Amino acid sequence: MAKRVGMEVSIAAAEAVKQANVDVISAYPITPQTHIVEHLSEIVANGEMDAEFFCVESEHSAMSICIGSEATGARSFTCTSAQGLALMAEMTYIASGLRLPILMIVANRTLSAPLSIWNDHSDAMMIRDCGWVQYFVENGQEVYDHVFISYRLGEDRNVLFPVIINMDGFVLSHVIEPIELIEQEKIDQFLPPYQPLYQLHPDQPITMGAFALPAIFAETKKAQEMALRASMGKILEVWKAFGDMTGRYYQPVETYRAEDAETLLLTMGSIGETASVAVDQMREEGRSVGLVKIRLWRPFPFEALKQATLHAKNLVVIDRAVSVGGPGGPVASEVKAAIYGEPIRPSVYNFAAGISGRDVTPFDFIKMVDKAEIEIEEGNKEGFEIYGVRE
Amino acid sequence: MTKPESEWTWKEIPVGNVILEPGNASVYRTGDWKSFKPILNKELCIHCGLCYIFCPDMAYNLDAEGYFISDLYYCKGCGICSKECPTRAITMVVEEE
Amino acid sequence: MIENLNVFAVRTLTQKEYFAPGHRSCQGCAEALAVRLVCKALGRNIIIASATGCMEIVSSPFPFTSWKVPWFHCAFENTAAVASGIEVGLKVLMRKGRIPQKKIVTVGLAGDGGTADIGLQALSGALERGHDFIYVCTDNEAYMNTGIQRSSSTPFGASTTTSPAGKTKMGQITWKKNMAAIAAAHNIPYVATACPSYPMDLIQKVKKAADIKGAAYIHILSVCPTGWRSAPDLSIKLGRLAVETGTFPLYEVEHGKYHLNIDFPKLKPIKEYIKLQGRFRHLTEEMIEEIQTRITHDYEQLKERDKRGF
Repeated sequence: MAKRVGMEVSIAAAEAVKQANVDVISAYPITPQTHIVEHLSEIVANGEMDAEFFCVESEHSAMSICIGSEATGARSFTCTSAQGLALMAEMTYIASGLRLPILMIVANRTLSAPLSIWNDHSDAMMIRDCGWVQYFVENGQEVYDHVFISYRLGEDRNVLFPVIINMDGFVLSHVIEPIELIEQEKIDQFLPPYQPLYQLHPDQPITMGAFALPAIFAETKKAQEMALRASMGKILEVWKAFGDMTGRYYQPVETYRAEDAETLLLTMGSIGETASVAVDQMREEGRSVGLVKIRLWRPFPFEALKQATLHAKNLVVIDRAVSVGGPGGPVASEVKAAIYGEPIRPSVYNFAAGISGRDVTPFDFIKMVDKAEIEIEEGNKEGFEIYGVRE
Repeated sequence: MTKPESEWTWKEIPVGNVILEPGNASVYRTGDWKSFKPILNKELCIHCGLCYIFCPDMAYNLDAEGYFISDLYYCKGCGICSKECPTRAITMVVEEE
Repeated sequence: MIENLNVFAVRTLTQKEYFAPGHRSCQGCAEALAVRLVCKALGRNIIIASATGCMEIVSSPFPFTSWKVPWFHCAFENTAAVASGIEVGLKVLMRKGRIPQKKIVTVGLAGDGGTADIGLQALSGALERGHDFIYVCTDNEAYMNTGIQRSSSTPFGASTTTSPAGKTKMGQITWKKNMAAIAAAHNIPYVATACPSYPMDLIQKVKKAADIKGAAYIHILSVCPTGWRSAPDLSIKLGRLAVETGTFPLYEVEHGKYHLNIDFPKLKPIKEYIKLQGRFRHLTEEMIEEIQTRITHDYEQLKERDKRGF
């Protein structure tokens, strides 16, 4: 019988890495990711897990070690935040191009400057196009579950992509939540040892990482693009299998009281839970408001998003990052692009909220819905603003 | 044999762009680059193999008679073998068109 | 060294090549020769992690490869980290019985830019962690792949496209970074310098590095006719002159102990080395004298270390 225990989400993440029988762990400490690596190093030091653990000299090397070890066929793990992710950004693109199914947890944090250790999604948005499968999870249980889901998915021969689990820094990483732990036997069944398609070994001397001339680069890029798009089927299949095992079923886009709603809030990450409280309050007041949550950021779930949103009149997208000098928030741009070709579609009003750890309460969501409804009513149908800024 | 890059469709690209045929670049004729080619005077050759060991292009091979002979398919005509030959048995001559 | 060895020694070497012909290096590229000799020394049971640079570009235009051994390239500055990953990957997979136990040598291969400049941090990290691997720096003393820009390994006075000989500055104004000493300062078991002009010495050192448990660093001076503006047929001679003038002494540091492999009672004047290279053409007599003084001083210091043993 599955055990339900209270534990810090970072500890739960580390426990999942242990249960996933990861072979190589390589990381560099950065707040708020530290608790994950600290706990992993303890687990390895205590002999509870047979893995190689390296606390290296930079995030760039942390990812580079994972790339090297994954290329030999070893299941590899790293985790980071913000500046660390920025430093390893170069290598994230390469890990995808080489199709190495590494798992990385990003404890999302603001990118400097000014320096700030608090939570938003500016780090994740920086590497939006790096070619990894990217999840945004909502709570500790989802973090724990997605470690197994990610390896099973990434290592599938029809997928072979690295995977990022984005979890909000502090808001998730440093809080204690009830986590339902899965029995090891079940995990071993769900996640067999990694069988690489190609691996570095003298028995088959392959060349991995050749450069491409313009005459063939575009073909390699299309192969990568088509493969990541095609992984959608597998993503759904793995979630289904996981749900059948645990009773916890996940979807790329989830809705809450959204079916008949005139106005929809759209969130990504942990603020979804707060938003649902706001939705309940507004529903009690008789307002027609619902919630849409994006869990799968890449490959982007175009169809699921359309299904969830097209019927609404207003779509209030809450971004956790700003595309400075650009179209507003990155999630809103994606959402707008997804519904652009539809003859009947909601107006999209965009807020960047919770920038660098600023609290977003249910009251704030209500205020944003109020504001968006008024603005759209008055004809400002595609507005963007950073919420709650003192003028 | 591996076909040239301009003939590949995206569907044929191996996962992760790996190359499965070791050393397949040896189809490439670097010998076209040279303007001088090495000529060995077998009477002076002492079979020491310095031409062979100093060749950056792996162009020298041992023949049945025990001479190291330059493979003009690969020889780029750098002239190292001629310069380093202790008995001056190798001369560089103009490559004819 | 050649003069000390039987010239026929090369006949004792394997005829097998693991770096295939058809690679696209320039005529007379001693770096390609260095790579060839490293591969010859190590045989088939290796995995090479290569940095971006000349050797990567000349050997891997997809879908073609010059490599007959497993070869991996991913970026410029992280060769030592990637090699670390390969080494630990093999170790853990063997320990868990997922691949058979056998000796596979992991090799990091990078140029001077990828080692002394952008890759120095990753290298230091890997040496400090003590991975069981060989790091080979093929040093052609500038960023040749991008068009002969200066690196911290470019010698004083050399003209490059970013340290040109102008009216007020005469080429590179800094002295060559001593990478072997930096590697040795990590207290790793084995550090050596080598040059393909001394092939038997190079091969011997690479084999020794492979046998040693722990990290080994080999710094190989690799003459680049294109970047040094020298005749392609002089690549071997120039490497020899670098050694004979004391510009690039051949030595080993084993567990901290220095050993000069060839000691010359009298060094050749550096002018003999410099005059064959266009990159030094602009040097004045005073500058050549300055270089001579520095080279003599450094060589004497090395000899003292050799005598002292540390």
